[in-house]
Amino acid sequence: MQQQSDWKRYVIVFFITLSLFLTALYLSNYFNSRKVNQLKAIQDKISIDILSSETQFSLLSELSCKNVSDSILSGELGELANKLEWGQSNIGRSEELSYLKKYYSLLEIKDYLLTKKIFSRCGKKSAFILYFYTTAENCSECEKEGLVLTALRKKYPELRVYSFDYSIDLSAVRAMLNIYKIEDTKLPALVVDEEVLTGFYSMEELESRIKESFKLQEAKPEDKKDSN
Amino acid sequence: MASISNIIFFILTFLCVYVQVFFLLTFFEKKKKILIRKESFELDEYLGVTVIVPCYNEEKTIKGTIDSLLALDYPEEKLKLIVIDDGSKDNTWTVIKEFEKHPNIKVFRKNNGGKYTALNMGLLHTDTPFVGCLDADSFVDSQALKRIMTYFEDKDTMAVAPSIIVDNPRNILQGAQKAEYEMAVYNKKMLAFLGGIHVTPGPFSIFRKKVFEDLGPYRHAHNTEDQEIALRMQKNHYKIEHCPDAYVYTVAPNSVKKLYRQRVRWIYGFIRNAIDYRRLLFNKKYGTIAFFTLPSGLISVASAIFLFWMFLYNFISFLIHKISQIKIVGLSFTNNFSFDWFFFDTKTIFFVSIILYTSVIASLLIGRSMIEGKIRFSFDILYFVIIYSALAPFWILKAIYNAIRSKQSSWTLERDVDLIGLASCKVELAKKGNATTI
Repeated sequence: MQQQSDWKRYVIVFFITLSLFLTALYLSNYFNSRKVNQLKAIQDKISIDILSSETQFSLLSELSCKNVSDSILSGELGELANKLEWGQSNIGRSEELSYLKKYYSLLEIKDYLLTKKIFSRCGKKSAFILYFYTTAENCSECEKEGLVLTALRKKYPELRVYSFDYSIDLSAVRAMLNIYKIEDTKLPALVVDEEVLTGFYSMEELESRIKESFKLQEAKPEDKKDSN
Repeated sequence: MASISNIIFFILTFLCVYVQVFFLLTFFEKKKKILIRKESFELDEYLGVTVIVPCYNEEKTIKGTIDSLLALDYPEEKLKLIVIDDGSKDNTWTVIKEFEKHPNIKVFRKNNGGKYTALNMGLLHTDTPFVGCLDADSFVDSQALKRIMTYFEDKDTMAVAPSIIVDNPRNILQGAQKAEYEMAVYNKKMLAFLGGIHVTPGPFSIFRKKVFEDLGPYRHAHNTEDQEIALRMQKNHYKIEHCPDAYVYTVAPNSVKKLYRQRVRWIYGFIRNAIDYRRLLFNKKYGTIAFFTLPSGLISVASAIFLFWMFLYNFISFLIHKISQIKIVGLSFTNNFSFDWFFFDTKTIFFVSIILYTSVIASLLIGRSMIEGKIRFSFDILYFVIIYSALAPFWILKAIYNAIRSKQSSWTLERDVDLIGLASCKVELAKKGNATTI
């Protein structure tokens, strides 16, 4: 009799413990899905921002640079990048997140094209860096380069870094790779002012190049004005 | 790597939470049966009890220990004390010799041979139906013995363990131990309900003398003779009870070094005794001790080690990452940190850890409420959680290391010494009672 009640106790305790663990699992799932939804919301907002800027740009071909300057400098892209990166290592849900990452890459390309157009017309001070890395294999150089770029972006708020995962399965990114002839054996790769740099570049090296890039852009609008 | 360690983490925390839930469930089921008496009472019959006090270099505390025994609320003629100086190098002998003239106290001096030899010598001079011992660093509450003796009204009860409380904690470390000892009171009572006690602690556990007559005297038992005798009793289906309101005050180690040494000895003893009594493990004949007490002890050893490695691994990889970051981009203090709940960890591991810690804190609180009569939070609980999380892995690792090493080297030697000691004591005891196989 005693033994039977003992067994019952072991089984009951097992189910209580199990339900506690399932609660933990449920809570984790609940909060993680809220996070994924937050990511989606940010992306939608960025998407609308870009679309709106594009429309604005098409409507007013003689765009007043004053109007457009802040609206397209979407700092949210940077925030989204941070959250996506953090989410990939902390949320799980790899399928949903890789889908979001594709969407993010597309937004980056659109933002890049649009900003480039507007900046060249308005002659704003800015430098672009396209950054290609990989997550498919262990790339310690990429991690280092990522740190350098984050630090650079902090130092120069105007600097716009667009990072693309080489291993992402998205035709638009493939097209970018083809344009700049990026190969997976030479990652990380950077495109600074149309010039392709492969391998790791230190903080100092990149900084000097960016400064150069600033000057180039400062010079361009004057030329344009002359030609107009 | 990450996924395997995650799986191990989940299994171990599951088992740890299981243990806590097991205690909690038993508590809610049996809490009305927990007897805490405040008023003094009289027993129908006062049976003779001998208390053996083994001491080694304890000139400072031994007088207090003996005085507390003499102050026990128990008829003088029924209480005998045997104080044994186990070859002390200080003034212990001079101190205890002063008690020689007391009619109920016998004092002996012998060559140093370890605590168990002193206890066995005391057993040889015991002629009462009950016997217990009290370490010379502990003091008893005056009602302790009377309260314990009520449990022997049940003819099946063969031994009763008291509640050990840390005496007057003076620093954070002793405070942490106070919380731990209170939790142990609760755990022990729950195990007693289920017949699964695995230690009859050195301070003031009382036995029927028959236990030693039947099962033989104390053994060296890897310096944890109080664990071994309890396991031997369990193996022979002898009932061990716990009296939660029999308070014994003990002086807890006041430095990390002393605590470390004590714990290495305890855990080493637990591991070695668990190996010696491995046949009990998961054996249907032995109930709770086989399916719960011994496995949960082993689980806690494994969990502490694993969590420690996991923490170390994460900490080192964090450090490497930080160092490489500083190397590449230099120290930057422009980190304008802003709180965003998005970056708040919501992994399952996080919630599971919360469950685990909550259950441990609940146990600490219940332990405290059993001693103090009400649930009250104290910083001791916090100290316990922090200090033990940080230190326990070290003494557990050392104990495992010692267990592995000594098993290879001194196994046979130790056994031989043990058996010689045992044989001589057993012959003597057999003369007085009916000794069976050890």
